[in-house]
Amino acid sequence: MVARLVLQLVVLLLFAPLLAGVIAKTKALFAGRVGPPLLQPWYDLARLWGKGFVVSRTTTWVFFAGPVVGLAVPLLAALFIPFGGLPAPVSFEGDLILFVYLFGLARFFTAIAALDTGSSFEGMGAVREVTFSCLAEPTLFFALLVLARGASGLSLGALLGPQLAGQWQSETGASLGLILVCLFVVLLVENSRIPFDDPNTHLELTMIHEVMVLDHSGPAFGMVLYGAALKLMVLGALLVRIALPFQTGSLLLDLLIFLGGELALAVLIGVVESVMARLRLPRVPQVLVGTTLLSVFALVLVLR
Amino acid sequence: MANLLLLAVILINFFTLGSARLVACIRAVALQGALLALLPLATHGFSGHALLLGAGALLLKGIFIPWLLLRAIREVRIRREVEPFIGFVPTLILGALVTAGAFIFADFLPLAPEHVAGLNVPTALATMFSGFLLLITRRKAITQVLGYLILENGIFIFAVLLSAALPLMVEAGVLLDLLVGVFVMGIVLNQISREFATLNTERLTALKE
Repeated sequence: MVARLVLQLVVLLLFAPLLAGVIAKTKALFAGRVGPPLLQPWYDLARLWGKGFVVSRTTTWVFFAGPVVGLAVPLLAALFIPFGGLPAPVSFEGDLILFVYLFGLARFFTAIAALDTGSSFEGMGAVREVTFSCLAEPTLFFALLVLARGASGLSLGALLGPQLAGQWQSETGASLGLILVCLFVVLLVENSRIPFDDPNTHLELTMIHEVMVLDHSGPAFGMVLYGAALKLMVLGALLVRIALPFQTGSLLLDLLIFLGGELALAVLIGVVESVMARLRLPRVPQVLVGTTLLSVFALVLVLR
Repeated sequence: MANLLLLAVILINFFTLGSARLVACIRAVALQGALLALLPLATHGFSGHALLLGAGALLLKGIFIPWLLLRAIREVRIRREVEPFIGFVPTLILGALVTAGAFIFADFLPLAPEHVAGLNVPTALATMFSGFLLLITRRKAITQVLGYLILENGIFIFAVLLSAALPLMVEAGVLLDLLVGVFVMGIVLNQISREFATLNTERLTALKE
């Protein structure tokens, strides 16, 4: 139990920044560049950790709570989700609600830290981030409902259990395909990727997530980056498990399938970011309402 | 196989309800027609009748009518549906509601036992309702033609269930009607754009000599 817990956290902590590196590399290859080395996120983190803080005099302790909670929440949430074939270290009835709202907590603290600086740009970013995530939430819940319909319990471990492999073969396979697409969109929104937000832009008027962390510097900014990488991996675990519901029984093989799935997901995100332009802001709610309706439709399909 | 085709058809319904770009909408409806051409083969297997039905649908709905429509919008130079009577998000929500309603309603219908499990009947109803929605919520004549085409696609899905009993002549007649309808609408389109320099149909309610 404890060994399982430690293993899951170690895998998460060591592997997560690599995903950001893979995304950057894929985008570089698409653009015909060599791109930064795959381990660049690690170097960035090490560099940021060695720097000092620059803190505005208008901020309070809330300003530091943002990065800390942003780093702690993905670690906590990772305990409830199975990593591929590895069962979740902690599991109880209804932990899926906790899983979803842990990320809500992190978002609350990021937004309130952004508001704490008193900068109008950061306030704007906070407003957008909160709006979009509240529109993405119904999609996530309807997708979980679709999974719960075929599962034996209401914990994430049961939802993502070995019954998924059988469901792909049966009539519900189509619904699973639909919610996979919906969850991918939610993943892009939650991790502020193109086409919803551009992690590389530095134009304050258009950016969403990046503008909220503008005032963080040094180790605090490193924690923000690390937390974002962990969040991508934890939310990605949900998709990877639905897409690759294989259970070999051997610990190492299950882990390899899972990590391979995460890498494939990172490449897919890189491809999407390379071939798509950013959506105009008014279009984003439209797309999110569309995915909500798709997931509702998937639910109707499994209910009949 | 048939169920996957029908799912794709429903997704295309949603897309046309939510998209403002006319070219993309026309392509989507063409794709829907082409997918429906596979439906007789998927439900009834390979037979001369199904093959003829599929080929007819592919030629008319997948290729010829979309080509006509694309040519028409190139001539009148419009790209987008602006300001529909009901906005895009509300129409999408309405579309999802009628789709869910179609699924529930289909469960109450006294269907033949072999049709109860399949998606054919609910999809046919949902597609017809989506076509209706498109017809009544949009201003541009060209989107209304698309709504009419989607409506007819819904009827086609119903007809595929009955195609063993239906003579080929009736289906050929339906397709011919559709073609003539689109032709007439194409002529009307050109007339509207010549008279008013816009394709909005609400101007037509105030005709005078």
